[in-house]
Amino acid sequence: MNEPDFILRMEGISKAFPGVQALDDVDFELATGEVVALVGENGAGKSTLMKILSGAYRKDTGRIFLHGEEVDIESPHHAQHLGISIIYQEFNLTPNQTAAANIFIAREPRPRGLGRVLNFVDRRRMERDAQEHLERVGARVPATALIRDLSVAQQQMVEVAKALAVDARIIIMDEPTSALGEDEVETLFEIVATLKEQGIAIIFITHRLEEVFRIADRVTVLRDGRRVGGMPIGEATPEGIIHLMVGRELMDMFRKEEAEIGEPLLEVQGLTRRGVVEDVSFTLRQGEILGFAGLVGAGRTETARLLFGADRKDVGTVYIEGKPLEVNSPVDAVSAGLGLVPEDRGKQGLVLLLPVLENIVLPTLDNHAHSGWVDRRATRRTARDYVDKLNIRTPPHLRQRAKFLSGGNQQKVVLAKWLASQPKVLILDEPTRGIDVGAKAEVHALMSQLAQAGMGIIMISSELPEILGMSDRVLVMSEGRVAAILDRDEATQEIIMAYASGEINDHTVNTNMRSEGTAA
Amino acid sequence: MSTAISKKAGTTEGSAWRELVGREEFGVVVILLAMVIFLTLYTDTFFTSTNIFNILRAFSWIAIAAFGQCMVIITGGIDLSTGSVMSLSGLASAMLLTAGVSVPVSVIGGLLAGLLAGLLNGLMITKGNLPPFIATLGTLLMARGLCYGLTGGWPVRKLAQGFRDLGQYDIPIAGLAVPLPLIFMLTFFALSAIFLQRTVWGYRIYAVGGNETATALSGISTNRVKLMVYSLSGFLAAVGGVLMTARLGVAAPTAADGYELDVIAAVFVGGTSVTGGEGTILGVLMGAAIMQVLRNGLVLTGVSAYWLQAVLGLVIVVAIMLDQLRKRGR
Repeated sequence: MNEPDFILRMEGISKAFPGVQALDDVDFELATGEVVALVGENGAGKSTLMKILSGAYRKDTGRIFLHGEEVDIESPHHAQHLGISIIYQEFNLTPNQTAAANIFIAREPRPRGLGRVLNFVDRRRMERDAQEHLERVGARVPATALIRDLSVAQQQMVEVAKALAVDARIIIMDEPTSALGEDEVETLFEIVATLKEQGIAIIFITHRLEEVFRIADRVTVLRDGRRVGGMPIGEATPEGIIHLMVGRELMDMFRKEEAEIGEPLLEVQGLTRRGVVEDVSFTLRQGEILGFAGLVGAGRTETARLLFGADRKDVGTVYIEGKPLEVNSPVDAVSAGLGLVPEDRGKQGLVLLLPVLENIVLPTLDNHAHSGWVDRRATRRTARDYVDKLNIRTPPHLRQRAKFLSGGNQQKVVLAKWLASQPKVLILDEPTRGIDVGAKAEVHALMSQLAQAGMGIIMISSELPEILGMSDRVLVMSEGRVAAILDRDEATQEIIMAYASGEINDHTVNTNMRSEGTAA
Repeated sequence: MSTAISKKAGTTEGSAWRELVGREEFGVVVILLAMVIFLTLYTDTFFTSTNIFNILRAFSWIAIAAFGQCMVIITGGIDLSTGSVMSLSGLASAMLLTAGVSVPVSVIGGLLAGLLAGLLNGLMITKGNLPPFIATLGTLLMARGLCYGLTGGWPVRKLAQGFRDLGQYDIPIAGLAVPLPLIFMLTFFALSAIFLQRTVWGYRIYAVGGNETATALSGISTNRVKLMVYSLSGFLAAVGGVLMTARLGVAAPTAADGYELDVIAAVFVGGTSVTGGEGTILGVLMGAAIMQVLRNGLVLTGVSAYWLQAVLGLVIVVAIMLDQLRKRGR
């Protein structure tokens, strides 16, 4: 490769966060007018690498060359100044201002004379220039339109126009198609082509492999913070990319111990919340761990929230132990014997200000009270019991506030509070995310014990080794739907990934599974 | 290495002291004690039974209303209608009395008026999805307007002696004349504190304020908790309002105007967290006491009454600032 053509070269980039090596000696390069697709599993380091390039994070080691010159990117502002713009999945737009005001945010053109002194904005010039940038993108959006009146695709165009307005030479798009409809995706691809013609280089982060083959010139694959492959698109195949993405050795992980799979506990038929979860059906049996695999945003957490009554479903029936279950709020779900360990323990699982004891007895206060009076000895006994059982490291008086515990111990407190409620079905959303290896093994062992005791467990996880190690069956979701339900022995990382990224869409398998589930 | 070890040892030794300092009420108790000691030494008139009882009587209705306000603020809300509800419930009792209704029934009528106003707040916030600030601001105006409308702006006088005794009678205990409102205040103090610390509802109030999402996901109806705290706040404001009316012997439609701010200040000076989830009834009692001792102390030390508000404002801001510093230090 002839190096001078590269507008950007990143060499040996490393970045560590407490407890994780997010990036390890990663190289990345980009030529003028080139579209490079950056792919990898959740947590492979794509976002971290792009955040370093766009100045949101500082790299630990490594060098970055722009136009052959070494640069040290200090801040998002500095990156912008260097001609690097990033468009996040969540747009950075102010909804109650016009497209023009957003495109020129913090750089509003000033009039001459007194108006300049008084910090007035030259609105006419701003709107005229903004319109020009919008036209360069090919967007039919009036510069005077308010952001909140625009569609998601139009807002994205405003973001692109904003990048052009700061003379960006490199535009990073973080999963730009995830929120778009099919037609809108086409429009976006046209925009990308237009930008390419103008010599702008584009880094395109996506989970959808068909998009990679549609628009990318080259593809770079990350896995576990390392670059595991990079090639011109002509040399790449979908199977090859998937293999690179997941090709890690199965680590020595805890495996679920044999448990007797009993009667169906939870039967879900056609669960739907429009635009989020479509027609999800499955059966969960006693002693079974059903793994929910899929990409971020595939609707796994949303399905769990529907089951638990945290969000309202549009259609669908749920049976628990054969009886129809009407869940309108978490109150109903808990009294029907469901428990939910949510994905964000700080925001959804714990009351951080309250002590360990109160957190553990929160869902079961009524069982620890006599006509409204809390039996403090009983609460202490319960909390003590679970702190010992789960080996939660906290002072024995149980008065330590939850916020002072480590991540692993916090997660165990969330588990404890649901175990104390003795649920029939426990839904675990990313149960081991962000906790250390030791705590992780303990959580896995506990799940195994619970299954042996006859509990039905739904485990949502973005870590494929965890899914493969712990699940009796794996339900793969893609774009809000059940893409496949796989038995333990037919599930591999490659097959799951292929279903999750929409590479295989085997509807026959899907329907078979569903009818089997209904009959059971 | 050796420094790390000695540091650790120091922590365990000092843990009892630390726990004491870490208690939410510690700061306010120290401030209150400092003020009492200073005024006792500096003036001859402060530490006399008459003056002390005057202070205690004078803040009793503010404190009772503040107990309810405290629960609302712990859930992360605010009740701006307290002053108006105090006035409305006092007025309701007074009007029932002048209509010839017996004292107990009139008192119950007044308390019911406050409970209903609180329930209305709760319904507007939970069913109507209004922010607490807006809902209770509406009730502040509605309740006050009702007071003016019902009376045509005239105070209701000539209240039965049996009713006035509730606020004016002193009970001789151990040679001291203990004002009846003080007894009421201590009773409601104990009830509120036990309610918050020992009942299922109390646990839930702290949980809602600490993290509403997590509490809802634990299978608790957060709306029911809110409905209850606003109703209780209305009820306790009514208790304060009826006592105040009994003490004054007249129910003016302008009564308790702006008291919601005194009540809210007492709650915050008492160490209740501005963002919810933290606070104690004991702290609130201390907060209310500080405010009243300050008023009394300024008068006794000869500071012009015109400066009173400025000093109160300063004390509120400094007290809360110190509390924030203490929390950050943890």
